[in-house]
Amino acid sequence: MRSFVRWLTTAAVAVAMTLPAAAATQLTGAGSSFDYPFFSKAFYIYNEKNPNVTINYQSIGSGGGIQQFTAKNVDFGATDVPMNAEELARAAQPVLQVPVALGGAAIAYNLPGVTQAIKLTRQAIADIYLGKVLKWNDPEIAKLNKGVSLPDTSIIVVHRSDGSGTSYIFTDFLSHVSPEWKSKVGTGKSVQWPAPSSVGAKGNEGVAGQIRSTPGAIGYVELAYVIENHMSAATLQNRAGNWVACSADNVAAAAATKPAVNATNFSIVDALGAKSYPISGYSWVVLYKKPADSSRAKILYDVFAWLVGPQGQSYAKSIDYVPLPVNVQNAASATLRQMQR
Amino acid sequence: MTPSTGSDGAFRRVARFVSPVDRGFAAIVYGGSFLFALLIVGLFVELVLGSWPSIVAFGPSFIWKSSWDPITSKFGALPMIYGTVVTSFIGIALAGFVGIMAAVFLADFAPRWLAAPLSFLIELLAAVPSVVYGLWGLFVLSPFVRTAIGPLLQKVLGWTPLFSGPIYGVGLLTAGIILALMIVPTVTAISRDVIAAIPRDLREASMALGSTKWEMATRVVLPAAKVGIFGACILALGRALGETIAVTMVIGNRPEISASLFAPSYTLASVIANEFTEATTSIYISALIELGLILFVVSVIVNALARLMIWSVRGST
Repeated sequence: MRSFVRWLTTAAVAVAMTLPAAAATQLTGAGSSFDYPFFSKAFYIYNEKNPNVTINYQSIGSGGGIQQFTAKNVDFGATDVPMNAEELARAAQPVLQVPVALGGAAIAYNLPGVTQAIKLTRQAIADIYLGKVLKWNDPEIAKLNKGVSLPDTSIIVVHRSDGSGTSYIFTDFLSHVSPEWKSKVGTGKSVQWPAPSSVGAKGNEGVAGQIRSTPGAIGYVELAYVIENHMSAATLQNRAGNWVACSADNVAAAAATKPAVNATNFSIVDALGAKSYPISGYSWVVLYKKPADSSRAKILYDVFAWLVGPQGQSYAKSIDYVPLPVNVQNAASATLRQMQR
Repeated sequence: MTPSTGSDGAFRRVARFVSPVDRGFAAIVYGGSFLFALLIVGLFVELVLGSWPSIVAFGPSFIWKSSWDPITSKFGALPMIYGTVVTSFIGIALAGFVGIMAAVFLADFAPRWLAAPLSFLIELLAAVPSVVYGLWGLFVLSPFVRTAIGPLLQKVLGWTPLFSGPIYGVGLLTAGIILALMIVPTVTAISRDVIAAIPRDLREASMALGSTKWEMATRVVLPAAKVGIFGACILALGRALGETIAVTMVIGNRPEISASLFAPSYTLASVIANEFTEATTSIYISALIELGLILFVVSVIVNALARLMIWSVRGST
């Protein structure tokens, strides 16, 4: 079945590759759906500036992207979590993993009658998701929100049901702030959610819709989705003890605290720093250090050097993605330069 | 429909394929039917091969274990089997009742000017994409279940475990209702055709004996059409078992078995749709494929049971 799936996606990619006439160089990539809107926009602009290069990106999910990349069906893969040792071993060639975009998870909720943003500590979020805090007027929440009339309703915990990078970042955050979460549940794109009143919804739109239609619901939603849909989100206390809203600037601030980010040490959740938003993370592009076709290697390098540089990142900002901070842009460019071209 | 008789056998013997055109035709019909058989066998083999690592690792306990934890690679399919079967049966119970009533109305009661547009509208339901049903279910039906249907059921039937506990809006019942809406066109369209095909003589005879229209429909027409109607329900049930996206959006996606129909649950197809794209370890992918294999087997069992029931129904007439 695995080989069949691979065959099927290969066939799909192959068909996609042959469609436009081979007048220009066509690069292909596959992977994360989180990156897809950003890539669509950025690659469209790149093609306008360099008409001889077109880039075809298939949004098939990170797992599929890594598979396609490992099978050498695509020039690059994109993934919300860097390839791990097992996956790198399967690739059997040195791989460069480059951060290309930032994301964060906002904590959204539905409390009828509550107009101001509620405040939550990291511990309170962990306790809610562990099922230890079951009501909105629990003292643990009430003491943080003096003056807010919290209702005596059950908390309905909403999570993503589809495997997603946002879930990975969120569970990574919970594992960092709660030893109990780390030992009982762990970090992953799909986990076994322990809260007794938890509900899984598909995609950001599913989680957002579930929250909107359920009084008493709480859930985590990808930052760009929250900004574009003008949803209200909780203010969180970060590791420095400051109260921070979920915003692009605060996510970038968390990333900036750790410029030396790489594929084995990439977690920026619960970062130090006065402005850092605690539920933040990167999305990655994977490339072969020595691509088989050297003429394509040069073009591949140019595309991604542009993408992680100030120009490419400015397009991330225009569609509500969080651009990489300058020091991370430099680190990403340095990794890219290792590519043999 | 009718078991093969002597005259049917004689027909088969006479209608041998003789001319080259006939032979060509024979090749096409034989080829066509074998192709489908091959497809089913191939699918089964591919599913078994794909799920082999999981079958080896977890053994038969995969079927009755109920934890689904990708991080520690502990997988069990029971909650999903439960969710699949329960939602499908809610769906067919609702759609069967409403659909057969609608079919009787369209075939025997509705005036002609009303029957045609009404049938068209019901069949149009089948053309709505399932993701649209899912979104409608999430934004319209599930709040309605949470605020109206659920509390009402709980008030009347809350003493049974089936309707106890908190009402989330999403869950087994909502998924069952969505499925019922999706399969009602199948039940209605086929049942209506089957009922319409019941000979006029039967209806006239029953009217001549003084029965009312209602008695004619329930005591003469429906019993005569029951095998065909049963077939329609089986076809619809097959669709309900495999429905993915619409169910995923309203079932709550929680791998847990709960007696309450208000509780969130999970179906086999939903887990695959949710987790396949991001599954990275080989045992995880294999476990997901084994869910597909189980869905396949569940469908085969349901169809086989239905066949048996049709035979027994037929025997009694």
